[in-house]
Amino acid sequence: MNAVLEILKRFWPDLLAGAGVTLELTLVGLIGGFVLGLALALGRVFGPAWLQKLSNAYVSVFRGTPLLVQLFIIYYGLPSLGLVMDQRMAAYLALGLNSAAYQAEYLRGSLQAIGDTQMMAGRAVGLSKWQTIRFVVLPQALRLVLPSWSNEPIALLKTTAVVFLIAVQDLMAQAKRAATTTYDPISSYIAAALIYLAMVLMLALIFGYLEKKARIPGMEMEKQAY
Amino acid sequence: MNAANFLQYIASGTAYTLGVTLIALPLGLLIGLVLALVYVYGGKAGSRSMQAYSIVLRGIPPIVLLFILYFVVSGAINLSPFTAGALALGIVSSAYQMEIIRGAILSVDAGQMMAARAVGLSRLEAIRSVVLPQAFRHAIAPWSNEVAIVIKDSSLVYALGVPEVLRRAQLIGASNQNYLLAYGAAATIYFILVWLANKSLVGLEKRLAIPGSH
Amino acid sequence: MDEAILKIRQLRKHYGENLIFHDIDLDVAEGETIVIIGPSGTGKSTLLRCINLLTHADGGEIWLDGQRINAPGVDEDLVRQQIGMVFQNFLLFNHLTALENVKLGLTKVKKMKDAQATQKALSELQRVGLADRAHHYPGQLSGGQQQRVGIARALAMDPRIMLFDEPTSALDPELIGEVLGVMRQLAEEGMTMLCVTHEMGFAREVADKIVFMEKGSIVEQGSPEDLMYRPEHPRTREFLWKITELYGQQQEGAAADSFEAEPAWKPNEDEV
Repeated sequence: MNAVLEILKRFWPDLLAGAGVTLELTLVGLIGGFVLGLALALGRVFGPAWLQKLSNAYVSVFRGTPLLVQLFIIYYGLPSLGLVMDQRMAAYLALGLNSAAYQAEYLRGSLQAIGDTQMMAGRAVGLSKWQTIRFVVLPQALRLVLPSWSNEPIALLKTTAVVFLIAVQDLMAQAKRAATTTYDPISSYIAAALIYLAMVLMLALIFGYLEKKARIPGMEMEKQAY
Repeated sequence: MNAANFLQYIASGTAYTLGVTLIALPLGLLIGLVLALVYVYGGKAGSRSMQAYSIVLRGIPPIVLLFILYFVVSGAINLSPFTAGALALGIVSSAYQMEIIRGAILSVDAGQMMAARAVGLSRLEAIRSVVLPQAFRHAIAPWSNEVAIVIKDSSLVYALGVPEVLRRAQLIGASNQNYLLAYGAAATIYFILVWLANKSLVGLEKRLAIPGSH
Repeated sequence: MDEAILKIRQLRKHYGENLIFHDIDLDVAEGETIVIIGPSGTGKSTLLRCINLLTHADGGEIWLDGQRINAPGVDEDLVRQQIGMVFQNFLLFNHLTALENVKLGLTKVKKMKDAQATQKALSELQRVGLADRAHHYPGQLSGGQQQRVGIARALAMDPRIMLFDEPTSALDPELIGEVLGVMRQLAEEGMTMLCVTHEMGFAREVADKIVFMEKGSIVEQGSPEDLMYRPEHPRTREFLWKITELYGQQQEGAAADSFEAEPAWKPNEDEV
């Protein structure tokens, strides 16, 4: 695997820059996805019937279609509706909307696990529905969801790898450039693979640590592999 | 070009999409099953090596693995992008299916194995007649999730030029300058495929449920 | 005296630092019913699992019908065909009907033809009174019924000896009787049995010999009359007294054919 090391040595600034873009895409997608996903989950668990249906439909659509197709619709399709944006923006949007659907599912699970009983307790003390959600349900639900939710940053990081197909300059784009320059696609993409693996392991360590700190003794939810 | 031809052109890519899926899934299942048995019953060497396999293949984005495997395979044998892509996705899926099957095996109560051995069954026979049939039922739900993932990941072979749904949508969207409709149609096709897969597997789960179990 | 079917000599087992049991010497003659009693956690269950080689003992010998079965190179699956085991948690194969549960060993291990296996399995189910539940799944049976199927499953292999590991401990009180009834019937039919149980009534009425184990070793053994009414060891006495305190009230309404003699071993005031 000398060829791989050669590529890493030769292209490391570009690969690093690409990795940086990948991480940035992941972060934006994760945060955007969290905000929207939480809204969707709250709507699904505590909202009126129409909101529940809407939330379900959203999750169905975004989990039932490939990210690549969603990305293409946003970047190539929306302009015909007057919504033009650059590649980076399209990537942020697609990743955020996509991740929101998955995060909504995780959050829905933990909100449902906590929801009913704690809502009863909160209302009984005189808190309003919204207050109960804010001060009683959410703090517990967010800590409970961490083990299964921590699948999402890693899944999202891997998902970002397709955005190079609309010319976003992420790690894959840099690897492709190295491949065309050196005529050695195998080593180039293996180099990229190693960097992705390193990033994934790093995320796994970080979230493993956070999980431990956030654990409420006596309350654990099974970690879903998906 | 009228709407019917437009949609038909895209829909004909479904054959390729299904083709990739129907090669990748069984391949992933076969490899995943064997490796899961190695993982669970193969002692320390087995579990350590399988853990490594799992970490590497699940820690790298599918498209990266797709490219690597595609170039490796087509360097060695002359395969079409369709076949190479399908095989590559099968290998990627095998790591996830291995984890699913492993989880399902572990969820079968250890007492079942003990009872089987107590009756005189050999380890192999006990795995075959007692553990796996029960593990199978526990695996259906997570496996249906994997089916959906493979259907969606089949869109990645777009990057290899395979004329599946997404590639066709792109081609016809370009020639008609109507990307929204084209990709929208593509999305709808994927959505239907995923929905059908889920429905049939939920039905299967119900039919195979053991009477009296919860 | 019949030649012992099962001979255990100086059996010993530990898990890491903990000694589970040691210096176990035991003989079981053909047709005998032996009951092992003692506080929980004294290694009684582990002992049973060592006998049918589900667990490996760390020292000592186990002889079945004159052959050493815990030697290296022994075909353990073959040995387990000759020893039947009934588990506290029944451990029926959840995905199979009662009939299929009993048949599995016959078809896969003894390689019987299907029709023959079905016939044999049905007759064993009949023996435990469950022929009419043959096509029910474990999830559709009560605990007592599941355990009886478990007994039939073990019996179907025509074992030389049956091991019972606290067979009624996981049952609701009203279901215990049906299982003990089957066990009693087996004993009367001449089955060689080794039972770990807390059911003192059963021990007193059915056992040929009772073995008291505590802290991993055999403290005392003897006939029910000797052990329960004239125990020699103070620890035996202490244990039996505690048990009757727990079970004493239940004995009040016992069946007419079991005698209720006042135990002679109540501890003296100055001993307690």
